[in-house]
Amino acid sequence: MTTIAADGQIVDDHAHDADHKPAFFQRWFMSTNHKDIGTLYLIFAIIAGIIGGAISGMMRMELAEPGIQYLSGWVGAGASADEALHLWNVLITAHGLIMVFFMVMPAMIGGFGNWFVPLMIGAPDMAFPRMNNVSFWLLIPAFLLLLGSAFVPGGTGNGAGTGWTVYAPLSTSGSVGPAVDMAILSLHLAGASSILGAVNFITTIFNMRAPGMTLHKMPLFVWSVLVTAFLLLLALPVLAAAITMLLTDRNFGTTFFDAAGGGDPVLYQHLFWFFGHPEVYIMILPGFGMVSHIISTFSRKPIFGYLGMAYAMVAIGVVGFVVWAHHMFTTGMSVNVKMYFTAATMVIAVPTGIKIFSWIATMWGGSMTFKTPMVWALGFIFMFTVGGVTGVVLANGGIDDNLHDTYYVVAHFHYVLSLGAVFSIFAGFYYWFPKMSGRMYSELLGQLHFWIFFIGVNILFFPMHFLGNQSMPRRYPDYPEQFAYWNEIASIGYVVMAVGVLIFFVNIAWSLVAGRKAEANYWGEGATTLEWTLSSPPPFHQFETLPQIK
Amino acid sequence: MTHYVKAWILALGLILTPATVMAQDALPTAPGAEAAPVAAGVDSEAPAAEVAPASGLDPALYTPMKPTEGVGMPVDKGIDFQPQVSETGKQAKWINNVILLPIMTVICLVVLGLLFWVMIRFRRGANPEPSKTTHNTFIEVVWTVVPVLILLVIAVPSISLLAKQFEPAPEDALTVKITGYQWYWGYNYPDNGDFEIISNMLTEDEANARGEPFQLAVDNRMVIPVGKPVKMLITGADVIHSFALPAAWFKLDAVPGRINEKVMQIDEVGVYYGQCSELCGARHGFMPITVEVLPEDKFNDWVRANGGTVKGDEEAETDTAEAEGDAATAEETASDDTTTEGAPADAAAAVN
Repeated sequence: MTTIAADGQIVDDHAHDADHKPAFFQRWFMSTNHKDIGTLYLIFAIIAGIIGGAISGMMRMELAEPGIQYLSGWVGAGASADEALHLWNVLITAHGLIMVFFMVMPAMIGGFGNWFVPLMIGAPDMAFPRMNNVSFWLLIPAFLLLLGSAFVPGGTGNGAGTGWTVYAPLSTSGSVGPAVDMAILSLHLAGASSILGAVNFITTIFNMRAPGMTLHKMPLFVWSVLVTAFLLLLALPVLAAAITMLLTDRNFGTTFFDAAGGGDPVLYQHLFWFFGHPEVYIMILPGFGMVSHIISTFSRKPIFGYLGMAYAMVAIGVVGFVVWAHHMFTTGMSVNVKMYFTAATMVIAVPTGIKIFSWIATMWGGSMTFKTPMVWALGFIFMFTVGGVTGVVLANGGIDDNLHDTYYVVAHFHYVLSLGAVFSIFAGFYYWFPKMSGRMYSELLGQLHFWIFFIGVNILFFPMHFLGNQSMPRRYPDYPEQFAYWNEIASIGYVVMAVGVLIFFVNIAWSLVAGRKAEANYWGEGATTLEWTLSSPPPFHQFETLPQIK
Repeated sequence: MTHYVKAWILALGLILTPATVMAQDALPTAPGAEAAPVAAGVDSEAPAAEVAPASGLDPALYTPMKPTEGVGMPVDKGIDFQPQVSETGKQAKWINNVILLPIMTVICLVVLGLLFWVMIRFRRGANPEPSKTTHNTFIEVVWTVVPVLILLVIAVPSISLLAKQFEPAPEDALTVKITGYQWYWGYNYPDNGDFEIISNMLTEDEANARGEPFQLAVDNRMVIPVGKPVKMLITGADVIHSFALPAAWFKLDAVPGRINEKVMQIDEVGVYYGQCSELCGARHGFMPITVEVLPEDKFNDWVRANGGTVKGDEEAETDTAEAEGDAATAEETASDDTTTEGAPADAAAAVN
């Protein structure tokens, strides 16, 4: 009891200089402030996104026409043809890992989660501010290890060429050299970072909500982060275990995944996808949360079916743990297992459908305006639907036999991630950018960014459905000339998309320099959550007097 | 059980009128496929010099068949599945094109239509005062139950397809053991003296010389008899590969330390291409699969050309030995004489 009193005393002592910001180094390198850490995460995600996006540009360049045009040049003079082909595998691996672990996750959970979970629940900060800092700074060495792995031997050539799934035995006996070890350690660090973050979010959300804010009054974005944090907490340790076993198989003579010693390569896939499937919901759930707020704000209407929305996310999270083997339909499962995973996977379409229809019902009867965040959110709903229905096709084990590991799968998961998760990230970014920076973005550039990006990604990814139907396999640096037509169109789509991204950066730069100053609630009456009660940007420390929720 | 399934499918076809049109489209995609055996038959009977050079095998017994354009391979600007030449493949393609694709399209159009409707009807200009409705139990029940029903409609044919794909092979089915290597395929024929075919990708010039698509064509093909279930035993020698044959809707991983088994039955003579479908290292994109499907007698000739044994050959020989005087049988043996060439190689295989 006395401790609590003493703590309270200390807080009071500091109250008079609450907005005193620490000096530069202390503020950005030893940060314990959730908003600063959120900003660091967002900057980190943008940098990783540029690198991951540039890598996909290299891939689309190489795939623009049949034949190997660029890989030999990129790998450097004197390298063998196989080393050039290995570089391709390094590129696909890096693109996948960077976009998943260093772009989408840091942006959504680290960036928006850190910034807005405490603000939305009326808390002064995260529960464990220093651990929050550790979470962020673990990502830096993780990213450096991954980037560095490209420059050390990894089997046929330099770098880890195992795909982001790191399947054994290609990742064990099939990749000699330190590159894969570095990639594994990178995942360990990124995973530890996320686990710490998850612990922090769960504690914060359960214990630091403002008085009166019951779980059933909590904003949907907070719900989405809560569910995501549980998925992280349960899934990542399994990944950590799996890749630790890879590490010992590689270096210490164990044979977890080596049949010669009694192990089984398919065991790795089960462990990986037990993590990997919840991971895809980790990447999309916070987006669901953000889109809910944006739709509600710009329809000037409370969210329709709030409880259904919250528990649909819980349901997606729970069911997401029992569908993993649909990623492994061709590994030689028995018919009963395949039937189960077919049925279980299709069940996820139900809560997802509830979300889509509830968003539409939120707009129904609303008074809608179409500011940049709203057009991104609307684009998200439609594109996610397209990615969702192809997911139902792939869920059928018997149908998947032909589509598995083809471009149809690539099209499917880019529709839910590159057009789903990324659209929601852009939506959230435009929605909250003035809140975070204190400056309004340019509406014209924002709209331009949306339309060009929207057209670009559709030209880029829609033809991949056709390539998949025609059975073009994934992870191929070259292809028979019958696939040339749609590949060329996809590469053109990449260029269009890249122009859109360029406009995004121009918009950020312009806004930070010349953007109009943003008031506290620049979206008006539709925006009802607690962050809109604070100035833009919010004070360095907020809610020293806890808000009362009615 | 099966007629329930058919009833489901029929009901669906009736409900989705555009779908029935597509059904008619989907099933006769076969014209291209039907043309295959004809063309193929002509090719395989053509003199060896005219068709592919250097199969390395006795041209009297086997000359590689020429592929039919558009069958068993992707086509330029193609958007649909490859023509299916197996029963399960036809069924799967039908499920996709007649059930899944129309349902997906309708769902996307409904969502898009609703989005446009709310954007127009409930824009601020048209509806300045927003309603405060946040609940409607009826509509929430509807949009939970309707998707469940749609999924049931999908699940019934989907599950029956799975059951069919997993029907076990008959006792006497031909067994082919397929091994994925970095970066080529090996095909063993344990029922035919266990000879092994090593299958490497042809270079661009070789493929062009043989009139085959580059990056799909191989030097030595896997050959199977038409219309017979083939027991495929698939394994990997080094890392995981995946044996895929899109025209038969077939894909199964080649996992080191495991032997995966599945039945493949192709009902039309022809040449069909596939590609390795699990990342297996640098030359993952360059270890294609070519399967040639032949009438059984021609398949047997191919086996003999590879020094393998054909079931019944030895029995036939013993039969003829027993019925020495029968002229008709004697003639038959004469025409089958070539088999003896296979015998020494056979013995060698047995020793191995």
